[in-house]
Amino acid sequence: MVVLALAFYLFAGITIASGVMVVATRNPVHSVLFLILAFFNSAGLFVLMGAEFLAMILVVVYVGAVAVLFLFVVMMLDINYAELKEGFIRYLPIGALIGAILLIELLVVIGAWAIVPTAEERAPTPTAMPEGVTNTEALGRLLYTEYVYLFQAAGIVLLIAMIGAIVLTLRQREGVRRQRIADQIGRQREEVLAIRKVEPGGGVS
Amino acid sequence: MIDLPGLLPALPEIFLACAGMALLMIGVFHRGDATRLVSGLTVASFLVAALILIGVAEERVVSMNGLFIVDGFALFMKLLVLLGSALAVIMSLGFIEREQMARFEYPVLFLFATLGMLMLVSANDLISLYVGLELMSLSLYVVAAFRRDTVRSSEAGMKYFVLGAVSSGMLLYGASLVYGFAGTTNFDQLAAFTLDSTGIPPIGLIIGIVFISAGLAFKVSAVPFHMWTPDVYEGAPTPVTAFFAVAPKIAAMALFVRVLVGPFGDLAAQWQQIIVVTSLLSMILGAFAAINQRNIKRLMAYSSISHVGFALVGLAAGTPEGVRGVLIYMAIYLVMNVGTFACILCMRINGRMVEGIDDLAGLNKTNPLMAFALAVFMFSLAGIPPLAGFFGKLYVFMAAINAELYALAVIGVLSSVVASFYYLLIVKLMYFDEPSEAFDRPIGSGMSTILVGASVFNLFFILAPAPIVDAAGAAAGTLFNPPPAVLEAADAAAAVE
Repeated sequence: MVVLALAFYLFAGITIASGVMVVATRNPVHSVLFLILAFFNSAGLFVLMGAEFLAMILVVVYVGAVAVLFLFVVMMLDINYAELKEGFIRYLPIGALIGAILLIELLVVIGAWAIVPTAEERAPTPTAMPEGVTNTEALGRLLYTEYVYLFQAAGIVLLIAMIGAIVLTLRQREGVRRQRIADQIGRQREEVLAIRKVEPGGGVS
Repeated sequence: MIDLPGLLPALPEIFLACAGMALLMIGVFHRGDATRLVSGLTVASFLVAALILIGVAEERVVSMNGLFIVDGFALFMKLLVLLGSALAVIMSLGFIEREQMARFEYPVLFLFATLGMLMLVSANDLISLYVGLELMSLSLYVVAAFRRDTVRSSEAGMKYFVLGAVSSGMLLYGASLVYGFAGTTNFDQLAAFTLDSTGIPPIGLIIGIVFISAGLAFKVSAVPFHMWTPDVYEGAPTPVTAFFAVAPKIAAMALFVRVLVGPFGDLAAQWQQIIVVTSLLSMILGAFAAINQRNIKRLMAYSSISHVGFALVGLAAGTPEGVRGVLIYMAIYLVMNVGTFACILCMRINGRMVEGIDDLAGLNKTNPLMAFALAVFMFSLAGIPPLAGFFGKLYVFMAAINAELYALAVIGVLSSVVASFYYLLIVKLMYFDEPSEAFDRPIGSGMSTILVGASVFNLFFILAPAPIVDAAGAAAGTLFNPPPAVLEAADAAAAVE
């Protein structure tokens, strides 16, 4: 138990610290690297909770795909940081005001949570893990039965994202040399090959 | 477990999804330009979906594990949405071919947006609500930016996307609060929860409702969440604007009504104030801000903001009569807007689209029939008596007065008087000013059919209002009869105590 608690505080502490560093660090590449660290530690927290599948997905999808994409974008884009900082200072007062209002709202909400007498019994209880079933299988059973409607709908959302990306960015450019394998294979010797007799010292006219 | 009969209520949606994917395949593998073919097939798919919808309609079915609902209300709204989308696709065809943006993805994206709208109207759970909303919005962002080579269209798409993402965030935050305090996202269970939480409901739940309302108000472009509307309407290609003004508004309004009246119906005292204020502001801003607009698309954007305000008057009443008013209003709004945008799409001089209202000057001399049709739509939008637009306003204001919201009704009528200024200004320009340049002719058979149909509807609605009014009344009724699940859950809760 002590080991578990230690591991939890280790992961949680590093997650929060790297979260702070993401915002605080000057170099955006370092920000992304800290973000990756935060993802890894969140994955550790998921493992502690017994959600191995989510932990693995977090590493594979977020670290493997999203964060690397971020890294590429940050490295490729030429962002003027001085200008960004300027905007930050200018909008600081209004941002702080909105933040304060949101904080007060949250406090009110959390305060009410304690007051509402039925909150405890209303809180949904986590579904017990069926015996002898792995994490992934349990999620799959839910996803493909009870939530199949949402699963399919989410698939269509992704399809639209793909169509949208193609519609908005794909250009048929003129004068681009493409490899046409069928043409290459279908080439006849006569079309492309000519044998010339070259006289010694005469050259090719 | 889902058995096959559980899929039956969602058959129109399943059909549309499959049709969308099939049309993509046709578009990719068709030799030559497939836009015309795919557009025709899209309209046909809408028609088939509507027929399936009427065919499988039943009293009230909840399926897909409580995520999906079909009732009279959903049926009515879905038919309106399908009609609006089909007309938008028909109106688009000529425009996209002339403006070199004819690509087969265009009607397919309309189809997927419509699929999202149908899912929205049938949502019976906060999660299915959100997924449907994203499905609709994502397609709309893309079609707004469809003319990617013009700055205005890209800007419209970008603006719509960023602000839409913010509004989705607000909606999700509200949904998470509601889930946290009620312990469920299912509408029936939420209704049961609010029914038996006597006294003051948890404050977190109310904050959640406020956030959800804010997110939905953005989607219907009600004040104070309207800022994106004029820019997006102006920047997006005109047929896309026509689509934006009609189908998504109807779907989002249906969702607004369903969420507030269904699961949170017993908290009417809490959300009524929000709706009253939103509706008031929308009517007033829509009336005053449009006065100075010289671009007809911006003018129609403000006009649609004020019309949303009028429709929300019915929702503010919170009674079956009020919801019936909203349904009738949306039906009439659809026809008026489709007609007006058909006219706007015909505003071409020497093959070039024009959008200024001064270009309409003297239209009566050059094209009297179109001038007459546009005048009918303008009078109808203004709510001048024998035309259909008057009846839309009549039913919502009647509901407001019967619900004792006198101030709202009076201010609504006054702001509609202000709004008639700019509608009548267009009529004056067409009939009493000297013509500048004539618009191109002919306008095409599809367009003239839509113009004639919409004018006839607006002119003669007074003779036979019964079919729409009765259907809307029946549809509104299904939303209010406490559904059996709510009563059962309430009984179960009572038995526990």
